[in-house]
Amino acid sequence: MIGSSDRGAEGVELVKLFSRRRTWVAILLLNLLPTTVAVLLAWTGIAPRPGSGPAFLAAVLANGSLFSIAALAIVLPLFLPIAVAVVAGESVAGEAEAGTLRYLLVRPVGRTRLLVRKFGAITTFVLVCVVSVVAVGYVVGRLLLGNAPLSTAMISLSGSALSPAQVAWRSVAAIGFITVSMLGVAAMALFLSTLTDSPQAASLGALAFLIGSSLLLTVDAARPLQPYLPTRYWLSFIDLYRDPILWSNLERGLALQGVYVVVLLAAAWANFATRDITS
Amino acid sequence: MRSAPPGSAESAADLTPEVVIHTEGLTKLFAGGVRAVDGIDLEVQRGDVYGFLGANGSGKTTTVRCLLGLVLATSGRIEVLGEAMPRRGASVLPRVGALVEGPAAYGHLSGHRNLVLQDASGRRPQGQLGGGRKDRGDRATEALAQVGLGAVGSRPVRGYSLGMRQRLGLAAALMRQPELLVLDEPTNGLDPQGIREIRELLSALNRTGTTIFLSSHLLAEVEQLCTRIGLLDRGQLVLQEPLARLRAPTGRVVVVSPDAARAAALLGGCVEHRDGERLLVKGAEPAVLNARLVSNGIRVSELGPERRRLEDIVEERTRRRSGEVPR
Ligand SMILES: Nc1ncnc2c1ncn2[C@@H]1O[C@H](COP(=O)(O)OP(=O)(O)OP(=O)(O)O)[C@@H](O)[C@H]1O
Ligand SMILES: [Mg+2]
Repeated sequence: MIGSSDRGAEGVELVKLFSRRRTWVAILLLNLLPTTVAVLLAWTGIAPRPGSGPAFLAAVLANGSLFSIAALAIVLPLFLPIAVAVVAGESVAGEAEAGTLRYLLVRPVGRTRLLVRKFGAITTFVLVCVVSVVAVGYVVGRLLLGNAPLSTAMISLSGSALSPAQVAWRSVAAIGFITVSMLGVAAMALFLSTLTDSPQAASLGALAFLIGSSLLLTVDAARPLQPYLPTRYWLSFIDLYRDPILWSNLERGLALQGVYVVVLLAAAWANFATRDITS
Repeated sequence: MRSAPPGSAESAADLTPEVVIHTEGLTKLFAGGVRAVDGIDLEVQRGDVYGFLGANGSGKTTTVRCLLGLVLATSGRIEVLGEAMPRRGASVLPRVGALVEGPAAYGHLSGHRNLVLQDASGRRPQGQLGGGRKDRGDRATEALAQVGLGAVGSRPVRGYSLGMRQRLGLAAALMRQPELLVLDEPTNGLDPQGIREIRELLSALNRTGTTIFLSSHLLAEVEQLCTRIGLLDRGQLVLQEPLARLRAPTGRVVVVSPDAARAAALLGGCVEHRDGERLLVKGAEPAVLNARLVSNGIRVSELGPERRRLEDIVEERTRRRSGEVPR
């Protein structure tokens, strides 16, 4: 009986998240940046020299469908994590601020269950973001940039040719890897969201975590720390487009995100499960 | 009673009152050493309309939050519907409807959608009254109609007035036809007409078996609606009694007469207090007193047993300095 009544309940957080205009505005803005880049590329015809600028940008003038991957590389360092931090920071603190948290808990929704549902909704949001960037990038690339026939082989970063089918499955893997890469930030924002009743504070805190990590990656003195920074392996998704695939950093990236997610969710749970709800 | 299982002796349940809310030494210390609730022993029985009174900051909302498991008590025991809270919240709370410190809803969604989502998010209560997914929309519509929001239920809550939001909060509490309603200042922000409607709604629910625990500042409301009173003063429960006992005749008789001076002279030492045309007479039977006054040609415009007003009782029991919020 619990199963049947709760199956509908799992979707409630998704309905709430995607019924918000804010959510769709975030996804729209996220796609605006790569689209702008595509327009500029089509207009000027100036592509970055191979090896500089976001991955694959050099190749897109010839093969527009590759812009879907380039678009991912464009939003990955900043825009995507900002969107994730804002949405995840809102998740619990936003309910507290609106006063709806207490009504959820007396409905009752168990506190642990609420956290799990929130994290599930955020993960779905990340996936929707990433897929939308890939899809919009593909369409924009084909329309504005080189529309080489779909059967054209792609030159991998190692110099060999990848068939369209190979590119397709590697892109699916890239979507998965980038989604997982965002979960560390998401878990951080969710944890902060259980600490404060202000969604802005939670989002800003998660952004500070993110920017701090990106900054430390550029400081030589921080080298011993760098393998453990949450943003360290984000760009390793391009290793999927080598031939053969260079797995080591991809694996480390996944493992590192896993550790961040487990630790931060445990912290969020430890705090939230026994917290006084006075909002 | 609608929650009684088939075959159970309902009369027996009526004879031995069932305790619906029970606390022992409930205490809540907030960080910073604020003793918001200080060792209170509440007892609310099935069928009660319990009026929970107290000045601003006396701890009413904190108590309600403790009962619902939102705030964890520092010490003391809590039982709601016969089960320990907050440990058994998962089985207790589906049978409780609550309004805590004002309503809350998602502004971008309609009132109806808010009710449906809120119902869908939580565990459903057991039994045929629990309802499932299928009739969720109908129950939301019905709850909206109950609180007088039938016409605006499809509008986004963002555009609701304070009173409309309050009514929506009540609708959310009522939607699952709970056995127990815990309402923190349910008539806050309502117009006089609305206050009367809600009072009538609550009375009607109580007649069909719903136990109601409500906190309020409006003594007149409480006086008309409640069967038992609990009074908080700075976190302590200083009074907990049936309203009927509190308002029982004091044994004195109030006489209002244009001939008050002659009446006072006639009654002599029996007159305890005189205030213009109003006399307070002790040790007299109203009917006998009336006959005596009239036979002596004294005009009587009003005569009856003295009953104490709730306001006076509350004032007497709270030691608060007037107008100042303690601590
Ligand atoms: N989160 C909190 N942290 C610290 N103190 C708190 C907190 N919440 C409430 N208090 C204190 O606890 C006491 C009781 O507050 P509570 O809100 O329960 O009062 P109340 O009886 O509901 O008042 P009102 O009639 O104004 O609604 C107050 O002194 C208040 O300052
Ligand atoms: Mg209050």
